[in-house]
Amino acid sequence: MSSRIDVSIEHRDVPEPPGKKHPNTCPQCNSHYRDDELDAALWVCPQCGHHFPMRARARVALLADDGSFLEEAADLRSEDPLSFFDLRPYTERLAEAEMKTGLGEAMVIGQASIDGNACELAVMDFSFMGGSMGSVVGEKFSRACDSAAERGVPLVSVTASGGARMQEGILSLMQLPKTVCAVEDLHDAGQAMVSVMTHPTTAGVLASFASLGDVIVSEPGALLAFTGPRVVQQTTREKLPEDFGLAEQNLRFGHIDAIVPRPELRPYIARLLRLFSRNGD
Amino acid sequence: MATDHELHLRERLARLRNLNLLGGTRLSGELEKLQRQLDRIQSAPTDEEIWRSVELARHQDRPYTLDYVERLLDDWVELHGDRGRADDAALVIGLGRFNGRTIALVGNQKGRDIKERTHRNFGMAYPEGYRKAMRLMEIANRHGFSLVSLVDIPGAYPGVAAEQHGQGGAIAHSQALMSRLEVPTVACVIGEGGSGGAIATALADRVLMQENAIYTVISPEGCAAILWRDAGEAKKAAAAFKPDAVHCLELGVIDGIVPEPEGGAHTNPDEAARLLGESLQESLEELESLSPDDLKRRRRAKFRSLGVFA
Repeated sequence: MSSRIDVSIEHRDVPEPPGKKHPNTCPQCNSHYRDDELDAALWVCPQCGHHFPMRARARVALLADDGSFLEEAADLRSEDPLSFFDLRPYTERLAEAEMKTGLGEAMVIGQASIDGNACELAVMDFSFMGGSMGSVVGEKFSRACDSAAERGVPLVSVTASGGARMQEGILSLMQLPKTVCAVEDLHDAGQAMVSVMTHPTTAGVLASFASLGDVIVSEPGALLAFTGPRVVQQTTREKLPEDFGLAEQNLRFGHIDAIVPRPELRPYIARLLRLFSRNGD
Repeated sequence: MATDHELHLRERLARLRNLNLLGGTRLSGELEKLQRQLDRIQSAPTDEEIWRSVELARHQDRPYTLDYVERLLDDWVELHGDRGRADDAALVIGLGRFNGRTIALVGNQKGRDIKERTHRNFGMAYPEGYRKAMRLMEIANRHGFSLVSLVDIPGAYPGVAAEQHGQGGAIAHSQALMSRLEVPTVACVIGEGGSGGAIATALADRVLMQENAIYTVISPEGCAAILWRDAGEAKKAAAAFKPDAVHCLELGVIDGIVPEPEGGAHTNPDEAARLLGESLQESLEELESLSPDDLKRRRRAKFRSLGVFA
């Protein structure tokens, strides 16, 4: 069968994409902010409400009660099982991602409490190789499920991912069934999972644990799609609806429970956790 | 390079050799199988051979699910529809008798000519297809039928309606259901094992691959387009992510390789079906002695152990 994703043809008469904006410039209203301004505003544009991507540490700080977060499995690191080399070696990309983000991998897990409700947190960081899921992300998520089950607390996952990590080949695909089995074990242990899908939650992560939350919530404007708009357009030449793949469309079609603006996320999750605890207190 | 998996196979081989005194036919069959797999691992395929697998896996005359159904099952009754929205022709489900027992079978189905290919959407399933597959899994679980899944999909369909109908969620829920089944499950990749669309129906107790099948996280063209920024570099991408059966076995992703006739399954579909039937029978026999609980526990433990990290 011929190529399904043929960008070489597409590139011929498509104009060059506009230069990348500064990450602190709002893509919607072009307002520009300093880091500390956005930090104070929870990385939500004070002008138009656009939700900027949020780093994993900031997300933990947003959700967890002060001083409650106890990180687990922080020392897990990826290996290079295929000695993968595209334009650059995988090991080099990993080292660069760690330097750039200060994180060992694209997911941070640990024990926490949210407004006094004990839980386990699994938070992804898109800045680390596009939040891609390789063996370490799969293993960390798997351990987060076990930690939650052992302590008898629910799991809150916050996803931001481009999908499986191609550089780990078929092993990255195997992180889909791996994380699915981990959620099933958590559910068998009687614990709930709240899935917060943030921009973007796509491909392998959407097609595995993120979609298995008892409750799924998202943030305004987040892209939640198995296949992103660019590839759908190129493959099928279909005309895409305005809000294709966005949280708003997903809510309309019944794939998520709610869209919660970031400043309201913490109390919203706390309320859910209280409801899921057996005696409701 | 002596990988862990190779060492593990050697160890099992050595143990079985020492047990020769006890050896009935089953044991010697096992010994032969391990020796065969070890031989394959030792002759790791070259980049050219990997690309040959990609071409053979996509060969237009390669036997598809229904070609095997016709040769392996008696009393086949195809079932249709997801009971909600549609009947996805890219994925077939049904019941049939395999060596005397009723089994539930799910398989991806590509088309032979352009009319059938269009009808079957080139084998690319919509969420409706996965919901149809889940319907069959529930029947299997309810009535204690073993489940056989034949995987041959370029990828789940990447279209507007597929997204609106919940492609990602359907793939996730199909896997979740497979992890809950309390009956023996065997999956075999018989052509293209394309990414999420494939794993949706491949979370099985035993996962097999035909000799020239491929199992990939993304199509070689897709990978090349993203990492090399040129879909024409698909050969390089395939060589880099090693989607062939031998490498998948080496990484512990599959449990065994199903041999094909010389030159590929399409050269002799009858023989290919016989060899596939043998492997399915062997796998089912091994699994049928396990309790429902054991099946589920081992299946989950197996998938939860996959990955390489430090």
